[in-house]
Amino acid sequence: MSRRYRTTRRAFVGGAAASLALARPSFAQASANVVVIGGGFGGASCARALKWLAPKLQVTLLEPNKTFTACPFSNDVIGGFRAIEAQRFGYDKIAAAGITVAAQAATGVDVQGRTVTLADGSSLRYDRLVLSPGIDLRFDALPGYDEAAVEVMPHAWKAGEQTLLLRRQLEAMDDGGLVVMSVPANPYRCPPGPYERACLIAYYLKAKKPRSKLIVLDAKDAFSKQRLFQNAWTELYPGMIEWVSLSQGGKVTSVDPSTKTFVTEFGKHTAQVANVIPPQKAGRIAALAGAADASGWCAIDPVTFESKTAPNVHVIGDACIAGGMPKSAFSANAQAKACAAAVATLLAGGAPAAPKLINTCYSLAAPDYGFSVAGVYQPKNGLLADVEGAGGTSPVDAPREFRAREAVYAQSWFDTITAEVFG
Amino acid sequence: MKFLSMVLLIAAVGASAAPACAASLPPTGAASCSGCHGASAAAVPRITGRDAGEILTLIAAFRDGSRPATVMGRIAKGYSDDELRPIAAWLAGQK
Ligand SMILES: Cc1cc2nc3c(=O)[nH]c(=O)nc-3n(C[C@H](O)[C@H](O)[C@H](O)COP(=O)(O)OP(=O)(O)OC[C@H]3O[C@@H](n4cnc5c(N)ncnc54)[C@H](O)[C@@H]3O)c2cc1C
Repeated sequence: MSRRYRTTRRAFVGGAAASLALARPSFAQASANVVVIGGGFGGASCARALKWLAPKLQVTLLEPNKTFTACPFSNDVIGGFRAIEAQRFGYDKIAAAGITVAAQAATGVDVQGRTVTLADGSSLRYDRLVLSPGIDLRFDALPGYDEAAVEVMPHAWKAGEQTLLLRRQLEAMDDGGLVVMSVPANPYRCPPGPYERACLIAYYLKAKKPRSKLIVLDAKDAFSKQRLFQNAWTELYPGMIEWVSLSQGGKVTSVDPSTKTFVTEFGKHTAQVANVIPPQKAGRIAALAGAADASGWCAIDPVTFESKTAPNVHVIGDACIAGGMPKSAFSANAQAKACAAAVATLLAGGAPAAPKLINTCYSLAAPDYGFSVAGVYQPKNGLLADVEGAGGTSPVDAPREFRAREAVYAQSWFDTITAEVFG
Repeated sequence: MKFLSMVLLIAAVGASAAPACAASLPPTGAASCSGCHGASAAAVPRITGRDAGEILTLIAAFRDGSRPATVMGRIAKGYSDDELRPIAAWLAGQK
């Protein structure tokens, strides 16, 4: 690459655009250290984009797992029509791109000294730190739900063993059994995810255990792509899914793992299979770095993704408060690229430009029945705000052929984004 | 305009020959496209390396609804012509 880069620089400096060229950050000179915590959709994307934009940067990606298991499409695994292997990605290509991949968890951040402590006791210095640790479950927010309870009432909100556990429980359930799911209040990872999961559990039940039923206990009165989901429930799974909204008493106030019981403001539901999607917060390291606020999430500058409380620390993906942008893998990837551009620019002494970002979230109601919500976002009043007039959901009255096409595009999106992120 | 002139300049010296390396930032808004439009043989077509004029015509048609779409109609409405021109030029110059 260096040959072409030199050609370009020469063209800039020697040509009519010399003044513009000088105004630009010269990324090739920047040889600073950037540490990225978390090798998921946000962190891995950011590490790659940084190295691509500024090849001389020393980029270190910290991720304790050797393999990443993706959440998008993990509901298909629960529905029984996708193998978990299709969700797994390694870090070889990221390392081959010149990024130091350290199989370590970050255990602490000293913002003043600009160092990250690793699980093995060593530490790393950084010029800029990027956090993309995803979510942690809030065990303090739902009485009865603790680290032991997840083995009985799986959340399956971090993909992997939990996904498989929920699947196994569905397989072991009798025909005629009751599945109960609880959904937290906003914000949480993947706003339409619980309702997609309800569809795909019903898809499995309809085929294999048609006398069974699914109750969705919700701490909200409205949700993402609601009309589309509710139409799909009526059309594909009539009588199988009962949604209990907040005002109908859907808010779960405690759970009892010994009996798989959900207690709500209005009563109790005892399930054969219990899926608790608990309240969430930014991954623990964000709070340790001083980047999380009282809400548990991280406030950021919408242009640079720099933390409002921890200097030189940038937060992307589910962990950050990104205004109108939902907590999705698509958002995390888009934010990662914008953050990488801002970090490279800052390290080269430049002023980052305001980004314009896109999100598209697909949901499947059945393997050949998809729909989407999309949005375009830009900084406004200190947040990432929807660009008015853009975005929105798939039409509610579209023919099945349209839904089938969106299901194909959903798969295509997953293949494309995982190739961009993991190689 | 600033980005446009630089992008054109880069294109003139052969940006399309660039491997995975960038001498300059993508123009505002361009980086999100690769979330769906990748290099693989996916159902959503590649857009890098395509003619900039063709990209602009397509997006304009998505935006005014004359070309049917599932998602692109909704996304295209979020971009002005002034924003799209450098994006299209940049995409055209990418491998
Ligand atoms: C069921 C379900 C379905 C979904 N479907 C979709 C979908 O269709 N489309 C979509 O766009 N999104 C979807 N999502 C949302 C998507 O999974 C998340 O938004 C996305 O993963 C966020 O990326 P992230 O980088 O913030 O976190 P993650 O991808 O979770 O990555 C975080 C990484 O950080 C690592 N980490 C955490 N702490 C540390 C530490 N201290 N040190 C080092 N590493 C650390 C973790 O091991 C993890 O690998 C879905 C989610 C669920 C649960």
